[in-house]
Amino acid sequence: MSVYSTDQLRLEKIHIAQTGHELLAVDTTIYPGEVLTVMGPSGSGKSTLLAYIAGFLDPVFSASGGVWLGERDLLSLPAEERGIGLLFQDPLLFPHLSVGGNLRFGLPRRIRDKRQQVTSALEQVGLAGFEERDPATLSGGQKARVALMRLLLSKPRAVLLDEPFSKLDTALRQETRALVFSQLREAGLPALLVTHDHADADAAGGRVIELG
Amino acid sequence: MLRLAPALVITLLVVPVGAGLAMVLLPAFGYLPVLGGHSVSFAPWQMLFAQPGLSRSVAVSFASGLVSTAIAFSIVVLFLAASRGTWLDRGIRRLVSPLLAIPHAAMAFGFAFLIAPSGLMARLISPSLTGWERPPDALIINDPWGLSLMAGLVLKEVPFLLLMSLAALPQLKVDKRLMLARSLGYAPTIAWLKTVLPSLYPLIRLPIYAVIAYATSVVDMALILGPRLPPTLSVSILSWFNDPDITRRFMASAAAVLQLGVTLAALLCWWLLEQLIRLLTRNWLINGSRQRGEIALRLIGRSALLLSSVTAVAALVGLGLFSLAGFWRFPELLPQMLTLDHWQRSGPMLAKPLLNTALIGLISTTLATALVLATLENEYRQQLTPKRTLWLLYLPLLVPQIAFLFGLIVAAESLGIRPQLSLVIAGHLLFVLPYVYLSLAETYRRLDPRWLQVARSLGVSRNAAFWRIRLPLLFAPLLTAFAVGLAISIGQYLPTQLLGAGRVTTVTTEAVALASGSNRRLIGVWALVQAGLPLIGFMLALTLPRLLGSRRRELAT
Amino acid sequence: MPMHRNPLRGTLTTSITATLLALAFPAMADPEPSDWQSVMAQAEGQTIYWNAWGGDARTNRYIAWVAQQMQAQYNVDVEHVKLDDTGSAVARVLGEKQAGNDNDGSIDLIWINGENFAAMRENDLLFGPFAESLPNFTLTNATENPEVVTDFTLPTEGYESPWGKAQITFYYDSAQTETPPQDMQALLEWAEANPGQFSYPRIPDFTGSTFLKQALIELTEQDEALYQPLAESDFEDVTAPLWTYLDELHPHLWRSGRSFPDSGPNLRTLMSDGELSLAFSFYPTDAAVAVMEYELPDSVRSYVLEGGTLGNVHFVAIPYNSPNKAGAMVLADFLLSPEAQAQKQSLTMWGDRSVLDIGHLDADAQALFEQGDRHPSELPADALANTLPEPHPSWMTALQEAWLERYGVN
Repeated sequence: MSVYSTDQLRLEKIHIAQTGHELLAVDTTIYPGEVLTVMGPSGSGKSTLLAYIAGFLDPVFSASGGVWLGERDLLSLPAEERGIGLLFQDPLLFPHLSVGGNLRFGLPRRIRDKRQQVTSALEQVGLAGFEERDPATLSGGQKARVALMRLLLSKPRAVLLDEPFSKLDTALRQETRALVFSQLREAGLPALLVTHDHADADAAGGRVIELG
Repeated sequence: MLRLAPALVITLLVVPVGAGLAMVLLPAFGYLPVLGGHSVSFAPWQMLFAQPGLSRSVAVSFASGLVSTAIAFSIVVLFLAASRGTWLDRGIRRLVSPLLAIPHAAMAFGFAFLIAPSGLMARLISPSLTGWERPPDALIINDPWGLSLMAGLVLKEVPFLLLMSLAALPQLKVDKRLMLARSLGYAPTIAWLKTVLPSLYPLIRLPIYAVIAYATSVVDMALILGPRLPPTLSVSILSWFNDPDITRRFMASAAAVLQLGVTLAALLCWWLLEQLIRLLTRNWLINGSRQRGEIALRLIGRSALLLSSVTAVAALVGLGLFSLAGFWRFPELLPQMLTLDHWQRSGPMLAKPLLNTALIGLISTTLATALVLATLENEYRQQLTPKRTLWLLYLPLLVPQIAFLFGLIVAAESLGIRPQLSLVIAGHLLFVLPYVYLSLAETYRRLDPRWLQVARSLGVSRNAAFWRIRLPLLFAPLLTAFAVGLAISIGQYLPTQLLGAGRVTTVTTEAVALASGSNRRLIGVWALVQAGLPLIGFMLALTLPRLLGSRRRELAT
Repeated sequence: MPMHRNPLRGTLTTSITATLLALAFPAMADPEPSDWQSVMAQAEGQTIYWNAWGGDARTNRYIAWVAQQMQAQYNVDVEHVKLDDTGSAVARVLGEKQAGNDNDGSIDLIWINGENFAAMRENDLLFGPFAESLPNFTLTNATENPEVVTDFTLPTEGYESPWGKAQITFYYDSAQTETPPQDMQALLEWAEANPGQFSYPRIPDFTGSTFLKQALIELTEQDEALYQPLAESDFEDVTAPLWTYLDELHPHLWRSGRSFPDSGPNLRTLMSDGELSLAFSFYPTDAAVAVMEYELPDSVRSYVLEGGTLGNVHFVAIPYNSPNKAGAMVLADFLLSPEAQAQKQSLTMWGDRSVLDIGHLDADAQALFEQGDRHPSELPADALANTLPEPHPSWMTALQEAWLERYGVN
């Protein structure tokens, strides 16, 4: 049995425009365990779509349409209550916290066995014993893995990935890709990936929407 | 609450300046019932224009503002252009904050000790090179055209403009621009001037205007280094406001309005020069000249800033020597004997001014930092682009202190607000806040928004993300801004003296009061204490993040 | 129902308010100087803001000592507000009066004399008469020493209390100069022979202004006119010899007269740097103290011009709107005590001469003033016998303006 909720992420008739000029239109549903890939050249508005869903849309854009997670209307909620996890091309590990601190930062407050969860999360990605390390001393691949575990520990209900592998070198990219998608699938979360790399889309193995 | 922050900040800054200006404008035209003026007249202006030497005072104030700023700006620009990546660059970067921290008055004393006919420089070459057994009878300090005043101002303006430039440069991606220009065959200094300077200038324009406004109306430095017959306009205004003859207060008000005009005229003149230079260099930027002048510019760029920094440090050394000096006859380079007497005698008198200085500085800077953070955080949350109204923030830096502080006292006294510590703190806030804003805003806005997005997607509220992510990430720049604020507060003379009715003593008011007795040994002690306080602030700002973040490499750098 | 205002109620409210106000500010009534017991009682616990020129470290040191004594002996807190110009304190009281602040002023005691005193009296800015009610005032023996109740020819009328005595005293480095000039004409000749080695403080500094008056008294034929208000004589005529003299003197001064030192103490610094060889001070002991504090070489000697030099008494006064008049009076009285006056005169403290009539003090008090051997840089004991009195204050202002008109722009 999965510990995660298994709601679907519904993107309902979303239109995003900039100064009257329409950038993109999406109307789809992402099911638990599915990775939907949105592809397009830079400037096609794919990151803007993620910002709209997560609750960080820049006011220069105007957007309409609904975002539903199961029965919940996400647009009526502040970003921190939407339960949307984010993964960027940079791991963005907080430099003022240790590796363990970064993982604990994402853990919901009421959880009891925090130490245990952090330890097992690190073990899961081959970083056992890294709790006290300074994120700055980690390799690119290690950072990416910590960022992923931080995301998962925060128990999101859906995940948005913004070109998460584009900064990794080729060998590392394949390895990290495999790890991320297997973890997401195991968690049974709906995920939205934006990328311009076809290999990403292939590895995700889900539907692909082309923009632009 | 947060939404009120910008309005609150603007009100806090604009209302006092506005009230002060109003209370100077009215009496300038003879009208101010509380001072016994009931009818509008031009008598104060007639009296003002009849003052001997007024036109010279105005000319010196105007010229010293423009000339010192132009020199300081050139020094900074050429240094940045010519010294990238050299040992000099790294050394000066480390020196710049401590030099910025030295209050104007302390720097002026030290500089005067250095260049006076009987000063350290003359002693260094006498009698061996000059044959001087007595100091030469040369008018160097207090020269009629304010040259020594301008030089002293340059020493203080250079670190300020350098710090402001260094804060603005990272967003320009200088390395990429230079790489590109050099790959097109441009020599490094020329490349910097042609590709970086045009983008840098708009970013530091406001600090430059603040420097011009300050330099045209400076009081403490002009008292020490400026001309005497006649003094600069600002110094004359101060003595007229302090005159027991009430009709002189009306004249002083007119003069304060004139000072505002002189400052505005200097700003306008600079703006016209800007336009002219833009026109003249439009062709130079794209004429393809890649090498011409490189060597000369590089030499000037490296030596000028080195010279001004060495002079500033030597001025401090001179203060230190005098504070320890026994009898010290010209042309001996060192005192006949060193003594701790001057320090021991000043010791007991230092306690209270030190306490006041620390109290006023900490409270005003804490308030200022909190208000600036609230304004910036509101800007971020409302996703506002920086508004034009924000230039109002800099009003206290652009309107000369001498032009509105006396009016502010009248306004406060009319409302029954008596001079006191809290009034002094409020007065310091006027000047501390804009500087804290100036040093923090750019870094604050540039912080990658994804840090906060990640934090919030991990379920953390906006407020918690502010405290747990933004503040720790901005810890180092925050401390630097705090140290700048402290240094500004510690250096304030006029606001402390006027708003506290002289009852609130700080190391700066004590140092300036002692200056009228011109006992160099004691001045040395007080000026060193005055310079030392903000230095401690900067040292803490530099070392604290390293100590606390020693395990976190990326944060520390 | 329409509301009718009860006229009685209105009056009642007003009178209650008035009573409450009166109760809330019982200290508004000024203390009665003649009732010293109640003055002492009222003074307890008050904080006195004493505005005094803060440019001289010795004065500051002495005032700090006074503050300690006042705290210990009378439980009165004394705060020295260090002025760079006494005029600014006068301007502040005037500003407060104009703004209607008649009983909560920021200044409790001012160190004052001359034209600043005249200006404050003229504008009714002083509290008094109080000086002659101070218990220690009798020690000055005012009937035989009229200078302690006369300030620049004006009778003080009890509006200021004497504090110390100053007299122009010249000093020179005996290692470099053997025979210093003894009058104004000799000074001119000396300056011609030693160009750039003498100067006087820039007008309107009070030491500089005093030099002008000293020169005027010696040069003009119309001495009596100087002791009357200016309006009664022909300023141009009386001062003409002074301007002729200065026109001749200035080219031979320090910096050729193109700049002047800031203040009296600044002359001392320039002597110390070797820029000047001859200087003067308002404090007869100035040079001796400066030698003791390493500022001047021990070859420095002091002297007074043959025809005598200007001397005056300096005072302390209480602004009319001081909220702490009782404490200010207790302080003024303490300043007149033999203990405080002897400390003031001591070279290790300040070296300012006493206003007390020392010969009339009792033996114990007289003993306080004995200082042992005279410092070699100090004046000989009888040198101050010939003191010229200060002219009327109106002359000072007029001289300052005329000087600035002539020499204010170089």
